[in-house]
Amino acid sequence: MLKISSAPHMASPVSTKNLMKDVVIALMPAVLAALLIFGFNAFQVLLTSVAACVACEYLICRYFLKIPPTTGDFSAVITGILLGFNLPSGIPLWMILIGAFFAIGITKMAYGGLGKNLFNPALVGRVFLFVSFPQQMTTWPQPQFGNFFAIDAQTGATTLGILKHLSPETLSNGLTKYSYHIDNVPSYLNMLLGNTGGSLGEVSALALLLGLFYMLCKKVITWHIPFYYLSTVFILTSIMWFFKQTPNLDPVAHLLSGGLILGAVFMATDYVTSPMTTNGKIIFAVGCGALTVIIRIFSAYPEGVSFAILIMNAFVPLIDRWCIPRVYGAGRK
Amino acid sequence: MTKTFPIGGIHPQKYKLAADIAITDAGLPEYVYIPVKQHAGAPAKIVVSQGDKVKAGTLLAAADGIVSAPVHSSVSGEVVKISREEGRSGYYETTVTIKVEGNDFADGIDASDTVIAEIPDSTEEIMRRIRNAGIVGMGGAGYPTPIKTTVPEGRKAEYLIVNGIECEPFLCADDRLMQEKAEEIIIGAKIINKLLGIQKAVIAIDENKPRAIEIMTRLTKSYIGVNVRVCQTKYPQGGEKQLIAAITGREVPIAKLPIDVGCVVQNAGTVFAVYEAVMKKKPLIERIVTVSGDAAEKSANFRVRIGTPAEFLINKIGGITEKTDEIIFGGPFMGTSVTNLKAPVTKLTSGILLLSAKLAGKEPETACIRCGKCVDACPQGLMPFEIARYARNNDFSQIMRLHARDCIECGSCAYICPARIPLLDYCKMSKAEAKKILKKQ
Repeated sequence: MLKISSAPHMASPVSTKNLMKDVVIALMPAVLAALLIFGFNAFQVLLTSVAACVACEYLICRYFLKIPPTTGDFSAVITGILLGFNLPSGIPLWMILIGAFFAIGITKMAYGGLGKNLFNPALVGRVFLFVSFPQQMTTWPQPQFGNFFAIDAQTGATTLGILKHLSPETLSNGLTKYSYHIDNVPSYLNMLLGNTGGSLGEVSALALLLGLFYMLCKKVITWHIPFYYLSTVFILTSIMWFFKQTPNLDPVAHLLSGGLILGAVFMATDYVTSPMTTNGKIIFAVGCGALTVIIRIFSAYPEGVSFAILIMNAFVPLIDRWCIPRVYGAGRK
Repeated sequence: MTKTFPIGGIHPQKYKLAADIAITDAGLPEYVYIPVKQHAGAPAKIVVSQGDKVKAGTLLAAADGIVSAPVHSSVSGEVVKISREEGRSGYYETTVTIKVEGNDFADGIDASDTVIAEIPDSTEEIMRRIRNAGIVGMGGAGYPTPIKTTVPEGRKAEYLIVNGIECEPFLCADDRLMQEKAEEIIIGAKIINKLLGIQKAVIAIDENKPRAIEIMTRLTKSYIGVNVRVCQTKYPQGGEKQLIAAITGREVPIAKLPIDVGCVVQNAGTVFAVYEAVMKKKPLIERIVTVSGDAAEKSANFRVRIGTPAEFLINKIGGITEKTDEIIFGGPFMGTSVTNLKAPVTKLTSGILLLSAKLAGKEPETACIRCGKCVDACPQGLMPFEIARYARNNDFSQIMRLHARDCIECGSCAYICPARIPLLDYCKMSKAEAKKILKKQ
């Protein structure tokens, strides 16, 4: 039986599901790194987070909206992994359930499901947990390479956390009790590999960059957002470094520390919550970079990636309205 | 340096299965069905009646006004029926049915392959021959060629661009023609040059036709002013506006014609038809058709008489296979699906394709994930997702702001959409509404 359909009669082999699967694959190096660095705890956190996110979307579709579950598109899996990446490995598991509900239930499904949400679900989940349980959310277990089942890992501060509370004055006064922290700023190599305290997925810059490379090769995302985000941070922190506003952390360390690379590669590039056009993406990324630096250096919080991206998420509809591509034949001869 | 258009574009799989297959004669079917409207503009007026004996090249219907084109018999035989028949689009069209008796050509037509290079002196005579031959743009739009080769008052032609891009997957008709009839195409370009009063012609070919490029480059050496330009393989490189931007760096302003930026673009097949009309006095009664497809048993490039039913050609490559889900007239991007196997080949039919369900990828539509791929793909710089968003709600208040009328209907947006949203349908809807608004103004 021959069919009649409208043109085009050919479709790209890349469907939404394939794109999402590629993102999951791109997240795998960082998942492996997290398991290596934080051991069994990381495994527990990630598993709980993914299961909770997928279950939440499934239940809402099935029993609340009464529509066929949309969990098959893998987007809830990504949210689950990213939420897990944003948590310290020692977090009580029940808190993750709350975070997952907030991420999927409130941020995504309440707005209308995939494609309709204004804010990045995983980030809202993280920020909700962060403001609700500040104590647990900032207890950073130290890396425990090769010791998979170590239950009681030592806890310690993150690089940004260490340096936030050291003012130039305290340093120039030569107070020796801080010299321990200064000495404890991890080396670039350790920051690149992830041998430092922090959230599950953010510590290994190398693994995240591998994921970025994969996504660029598979054309899942374009290079604009990560590039402009990271360069903005690099340039602004260089200026701050020059004017001695961030004396303890040089621009390279700024790039490698905190959730910056995780945010620039996987969070800010989220299709749904980033602008549609290339110019829009550039404005968005530069905004994220500027806000990150401002929060890191001038606010009470040591890290500003989540807030920066969420604030810029709110500007996306405005950016999309403003950044309209130039139509062929308009304006130019 | 290969040239390309500046915005958007996609890279679908090429499927040029017939690129190495020489053109063969399809032969004559039992009946030919010749519609009187095979072009943009008014249908031609029938000048024969039932029972008339006709020869190949006999006028069947005369042009009705300037924007129209005459239609000729493609075979010798008897007019058995003048009726309204279901055409390729599913609409009923006035069609002359001829029972094929033989292959006798009307007087004065040179049906041989001998290359003639001496271009007639009188431009009026050249124009008359082109007009009488019923030549229209064979790339798909079907705009009568005499209009395009006349430079309007106050304009100046600078470039003749011969479009040998053929960017649609599967189609190889122009590619084969350039390989086998290169000299004729070059002479055809010189003829059009003469009409336009210019010396230079650019033959644009894309990278994935190395043999056509090689042959054309070799032959153009002996023709002053004719040059080959190699373009990047990218869809829709062969779109008129895209090709002009690629070759000249100019953009045709909104609501203007190519001639407004000094360009005339002619499809390679059309240029060959111009050669035949002027040098051989042969009307447009046959064309090259690629019969192929991912569901086809084999592929072929046929020289086909206008009016030959699709069925006749499909049977020549092994018939409709199990895998066949759709039969397409034209390319997979801009072609139409056909279920009537008697639908005839017209002047505009560049291919007949048997496509599988897998290729068409008609999966259920899912939610827009705002990936922006349609915006990146659109060669016109439009925002297909936004046009679709309004069109879906029958809200056409924003279509002028969104430039829906500048859509060239290439289908890049719908091809690339991972959520399988039929973006092209919404764009076409909006374009039609935009035209209505423009008419009112």
